[in-house]
Amino acid sequence: MSEIQMPRLSDTMEEGVISTWVKNVGDKVASGDVLVEIETDKAVMEYEAYEDGFLVKQSVSEGETVPIGAVIGVIADSPDAVPEESGDGGAEAGPEPAKEEQAEKAEEIQEAARGTEAEKPSEAPAPPPGGEEAPRPRTSPLARRLAKEYGLDINRIQGSGPKGRIVRADIEAARERGVEEAAPAARAKEEAKPAAEKAVSAPAFDDGRDSEELRVSNVRKVIARRLTESKQTVPHFYLRRTIDAEALKAFRAQINEQLSSTGVKVSFNDLIVKASATALKLHPAVNTSWVDDKLLQHHRINVGVAVAVDAGLVVPVLHDTDKATLSEISTNTRELAGKARDGKLKPQEMSGGTFSVSNLGMFGVDSFSAVINPPEAAILAVGAMRQEPVVVDGEVVARNRISLELSVDHRAVDGAVGAAFLKDLAEILEEPMRILL
Amino acid sequence: MSVITYRQALRDTLRAEMVRDENVLVMGEEIGVFEGSYKITEGLLKEFGPRRVKDTPIAEEGFVGSAIGAAMLGLRPVVELMTINFSLIAIDQIINHAAKIYGMFGGQTSVPMVIRTPGGGGQQLGATHSQNIELFYSFIPGLKVLAPSTPAEASEMLRAAIRDDDPVLFLENLGLYNSKGEVADDYAEPSNDNVATIGRAKVTREGSDITLIGYSRMAMVANQVAEKLAEEDIDVEVVDLRSLRPLDRQTFVDSVRKTGAAVICEDDWLTYGIGAEIAASIQEGAFDYLDAPVRRVAMAEVPMPYAKPLETAALPSVESISTAIKETLSAVGKRVG
Repeated sequence: MSEIQMPRLSDTMEEGVISTWVKNVGDKVASGDVLVEIETDKAVMEYEAYEDGFLVKQSVSEGETVPIGAVIGVIADSPDAVPEESGDGGAEAGPEPAKEEQAEKAEEIQEAARGTEAEKPSEAPAPPPGGEEAPRPRTSPLARRLAKEYGLDINRIQGSGPKGRIVRADIEAARERGVEEAAPAARAKEEAKPAAEKAVSAPAFDDGRDSEELRVSNVRKVIARRLTESKQTVPHFYLRRTIDAEALKAFRAQINEQLSSTGVKVSFNDLIVKASATALKLHPAVNTSWVDDKLLQHHRINVGVAVAVDAGLVVPVLHDTDKATLSEISTNTRELAGKARDGKLKPQEMSGGTFSVSNLGMFGVDSFSAVINPPEAAILAVGAMRQEPVVVDGEVVARNRISLELSVDHRAVDGAVGAAFLKDLAEILEEPMRILL
Repeated sequence: MSVITYRQALRDTLRAEMVRDENVLVMGEEIGVFEGSYKITEGLLKEFGPRRVKDTPIAEEGFVGSAIGAAMLGLRPVVELMTINFSLIAIDQIINHAAKIYGMFGGQTSVPMVIRTPGGGGQQLGATHSQNIELFYSFIPGLKVLAPSTPAEASEMLRAAIRDDDPVLFLENLGLYNSKGEVADDYAEPSNDNVATIGRAKVTREGSDITLIGYSRMAMVANQVAEKLAEEDIDVEVVDLRSLRPLDRQTFVDSVRKTGAAVICEDDWLTYGIGAEIAASIQEGAFDYLDAPVRRVAMAEVPMPYAKPLETAALPSVESISTAIKETLSAVGKRVG
């Protein structure tokens, strides 16, 4: 018999919500079967069984939130096994079992003993309730030692072993990926956290507003934390520019005519995402991160696209946006947005961004100032396209125009550098053939 | 090099030691006229006569006690207990006398005796004749407990046991007597001084994925497991403990430090068994090198059943050990079939 614990499914996860139990009590479970869907701070993820047996207990019901490490269910060798609260293997037989029962009893004892050998549930007790600190991740001693040796923050590494245990293979993989770059970002975030939390103390009950407290999703909590952190620790400055969208409109029409047989339809946002990648290539100084007194130059250009979903705001990332074709960007964005709406985005589909685009044009917003998505150095806010009177060749004519506003982290990027980037971005959008260069 | 059985290696070495040193004598039940239940004393009565090859009554406490007295007075008795199960009748002599005399009497006399005895199940001898209770003796300071797994080791270690000045429990195994292996050509020569160092384990097969630890019959099975898993590209390192007291922790700890994972296989029972001591020593010596929990594969926690299928099921097997290894490797990200 072994206990299933709330796994750590993302780097920033501290607790999880049981979204759906895929297996019911009494169901046969094979290693690799999806047991339960868990809502983390980022997405709803499937969690698989690591062993064969029967699900004999669901300790946490759907909709409930528990911290990492809390027991959420029990798997046993027999569907009739009665889970014990203590989780003790009970390897010792009682006094003198009756003769005819001995063989049977012995088998049970052996099974139980094997259970305790393989996975001792007591080895990682549930974290103390109400603690501020995230629970210690499940790791093998070897993994812990190697992480220390390599200077890796083990809290940033996801485990692939049983119940999410971090093993040597995970450390070696993290070392290759270079997780140490990300580690300082985590620290900066942790430091920012207490201040952020102080700011939202004392809910205003009993003061005539007739308030009730709503259930807050994990996604909502992460938005609150990350954006507070951004606004409080990142010195934003804003650059505005309105572009003439006539050429862009014609370009889009032409492209979509070409693509009409394929079913792909490129949106204005897709064009702006691609143009941003092209401009970032020209201005690598914007494709950077200021993290813990260090300036990181990113060699990959990964543009995130803000998507509003029922649970809140998520930003799926298009990796290597500069290398993707327009139809790829269009298809991928649609697919990721669909996944985001279904809460099925995987953590890797939401991480690694180096720049973001947020578009509220569809709501008729003229222009707005976006909050930077750390550790990125800039975010582009895109307003609605509208016809405006402008002077062209000494005459007032109606032209389609789009307002752009770039929010920039002044620690990483100075005003002139940001302005030069925005200038090129605007010019690319006004001569959209350059998008393809 | 020649290939002989474990039984032959013991018999010939015993004879050679009797030729070499006239103080060596053998005693036990049915060892003279009948030449031993397992034929380890074959031909010895004819060659050395009844003064040095003593058939004893069925009275273990008595003849083990006599052997202790003989050893205190300068002889080197080699006692055969027909199975380790019968040592229970002599356990007070072994634990409270043989093991204690040297220390309790200020080193005035040592007790240079050997108790040869086979343990092990698998022969359909029933619950009282199939036990692996070497743990009882491995637990006792003042005793040495040796457990060779091959004919060559049986020879070198029996020689060491007879020449050692302390009481040695020399563990044989019913399942090993007919196993074969290479021995040096002069293994049966009285002049052979190739004496095993007592208290040394041995890496009998090098590997990098996982350490598999066993002794006696289980060391033999461990090597079979390693060979089988090699076909599946799993590289198992095998450690044969060889000596249960003194226990050579360094050798298996070093191995686990290299591989990061360990499985222990033992013919005795899991709870409080030899494997528990090994597992504890591994976490003491190699904690920061462990990538997975240490697993133990042991006999079922039952008195040994008589029925063949049940007896087979109760004992650890190549299959059950292989499964434990694969599960452990799977837990450290080495996905295996």
